[in-house]
Amino acid sequence: MDMLTPVLTDNWGQDRAWTLAAYEKQGGYAAMKKALTPEYGGPDAIIQAVKDSGLRGRGGAGFPTGMKWGFIPQDNPKPKYLVVNADESEPGTCKDIPLMMASPHTLVEGVIISSFAIRANHAFIYVRGEVLHVIRRLQHAVQEAYLAGHLGKDINGTGYDLDIVVHAGAGAYICGEETALLEGLEGRRGQPRLRPPFPAVAGLYASPTVINNTESIASVPSIIANGADWFASMGTEKSKGFGIFSLSGHITKPGQYEAPLGITLRELVDLAGGMRAGHQLKFWTPGGSSTPLLTDEHLDVPLDFEGVAAAGSMLGTRALQLFDETTCVVRAVLRWTEFYKHESCGKCTPCREGTWWLVQTLARLEKGEGSEADLDLLLDQCDNILGRSFCALADGAVSPISSSIKYFRDEYLAHLRHGGCPLDPAASTVFASHGAPA
Amino acid sequence: MSPTEPSEARASDRGLKSEMTQIRRFSENDTQITPETYAELEAIAARYPEPRSGLLPMLHLVQSVEGRVTSEGIEACAKVLGISAADVSGVATFYTMYKRKPVGDYLVGVCTNTLCAVMGGDVIFDRLKEHLDVGNDETSEDGAITLEHIECNAACDYAPVMMVNWEFMDNQTPESAVQVVDALRAGEAVHSTRGPKLCTWKQAERVLAGFNDGLANEGPAAGPASLVGLEIARERGWKAPTSDSSGPTEEPGTKIEAVEEADTSRAESETLSKEVK
Ligand SMILES: Cc1cc2nc3c(=O)[nH]c(=O)nc-3n(C[C@H](O)[C@H](O)[C@H](O)COP(=O)(O)O)c2cc1C
Ligand code: SF4
Ligand code: FES
Repeated sequence: MDMLTPVLTDNWGQDRAWTLAAYEKQGGYAAMKKALTPEYGGPDAIIQAVKDSGLRGRGGAGFPTGMKWGFIPQDNPKPKYLVVNADESEPGTCKDIPLMMASPHTLVEGVIISSFAIRANHAFIYVRGEVLHVIRRLQHAVQEAYLAGHLGKDINGTGYDLDIVVHAGAGAYICGEETALLEGLEGRRGQPRLRPPFPAVAGLYASPTVINNTESIASVPSIIANGADWFASMGTEKSKGFGIFSLSGHITKPGQYEAPLGITLRELVDLAGGMRAGHQLKFWTPGGSSTPLLTDEHLDVPLDFEGVAAAGSMLGTRALQLFDETTCVVRAVLRWTEFYKHESCGKCTPCREGTWWLVQTLARLEKGEGSEADLDLLLDQCDNILGRSFCALADGAVSPISSSIKYFRDEYLAHLRHGGCPLDPAASTVFASHGAPA
Repeated sequence: MSPTEPSEARASDRGLKSEMTQIRRFSENDTQITPETYAELEAIAARYPEPRSGLLPMLHLVQSVEGRVTSEGIEACAKVLGISAADVSGVATFYTMYKRKPVGDYLVGVCTNTLCAVMGGDVIFDRLKEHLDVGNDETSEDGAITLEHIECNAACDYAPVMMVNWEFMDNQTPESAVQVVDALRAGEAVHSTRGPKLCTWKQAERVLAGFNDGLANEGPAAGPASLVGLEIARERGWKAPTSDSSGPTEEPGTKIEAVEEADTSRAESETLSKEVK
């Protein structure tokens, strides 16, 4: 197996890749046509193929996609809906946005096949509002697909009807959480809903709804085109297929690397030309800021769902943010904590109040005030939040704190000894490498 | 928000003063909402199986018309949807992209989430505050630039990132950021690093409301960082495996071949796809 396996990223370098003409030239919409022909076996055959492929959700939690589709109660007389989660706001995550910018038709084709499979006639792409050009490209692609007869009534003469609405959000990290997203899509404050009922039973407008991440849905056409076994031939035993790995931070070549699940950070760093010249890896997030930090001890952890879990973290969205030894871990963690405090939707007390207290305690420590006992206080606060809040935002909020204390307790103490941060923040900027002494 | 003249003492507060000037300029009475706006708000609501789903894009439209979310805009949404103004207001205050204070022609956001902050975003944000003589969420005296710090905008591989009216300005330095705002204030054309020439904030809000501005074909398919993995794969001849049915034959040279070979019942499906067409 080759180390990198471009499938979703394969056409990103093409001239005007976002247009229907370019997409169809490289085989686009053939999978849709194949899936919609009666001979393919109908919706159930598509669900079966996605199940057999082993595709697991690419939005963070890794839930098996085909199984989720199978939960849609087909005897329910209400309309069924497909909602694409294109909110991409988890700090570090930057794969769905370039995908929709370069090849929005991959997503549109995936939406058609997936909607057909769950028997939906209405699909929504909920895209974060802060990405104007990506929204233009999505609107344009949907419009082109309508004109080509791939959307609307009686798609390509198959008798199947589907409408897609591109829906721009308005700035709220919590709207990435699937039930908060549905609230946003219903024109309300984006606060999570109590589950059960799960969206598969009562989602949008209390109707059966599948919510999937952009990359999950974009992977579907390749599974239909090449077969479930093809997809499952990549990756590891329980984490099949390929995924986009997003490298950012103090690395020579930050960017998107599409590889089979199970590749290691050592291999990726190597491909990316190593850490920036003269520096070493200090800590990293495997899947965004909500996944516990790892260190240079974990370079050989297989980046699949099981491997990263065994190392005490989560694969999440494969948002690999790499920080070198010039970075203060306390500063990094404080900033993420401020983010969670700002984004807490306020619905439940442990998160609303807890994230506020976490910021207070951390800010004191960062300034070198307080005492070693504050570290235990922090861990205690984390304990009172983790698992006691209404949704997973709060669990994510404590991840960087507890993991950083686990691996870098000494650095917290150094702030107390030093009466502030012992590191120079200028040394970790990109401008520092332009000659300024590190 | 009172549209009265600021007192001497308050006028010494730079932030407040410019805020007051702005508020006067966009006072509640100069609403720009017209019957046409109502028609467009109704058109947005009609896109959805249930009209209230249109509220987020409708508020974007209000901003594109009014330069912020005004009480008149809230009333208009409430009327179109048949819900209370308090309901609409509750939604408008929840989301950070909705602004109650007037926004300048260009909303400049500097990412100061951890990764960008560490890579230089904090320095860039400080430099712009100083250069524009404003604080966070404030507008320059000339009304051209509103500055704010923003959270991760899904472009970490281009850190440090700045957004202008939600267009990407990748790989910034303090100097490049100052150049961008100076050029914008001077009325010069500035292009997004991965998109078109920057439009105004009101124009951008109209696109977010779902009214296409025809600029989708501007800019590249992908920026350089989005392509690094693909380029390495091409250099080394790395590919995804061939599909199920192709067996141990040679690898397909192009994706078209791959897709065709992928088909287990190729001949059959080719005829069928013709029928489908
Ligand atoms: C606070 C929070 C933010 C989230 N943000 C996103 C997001 O931006 N994009 C996404 O696809 N999933 C996000 N999720 C996960 C979704 O709730 C959901 O699991 C996912 O969209 C399901 O799609 P998948 O099965 O295809 O991964 C978030 C979850 C939480 C708790
Ligand atoms: S955990 Fe936080 S974000 Fe989630 S419901 Fe509670 S307050 Fe809202
Ligand atoms: S941290 Fe700035 S774009 Fe992600």
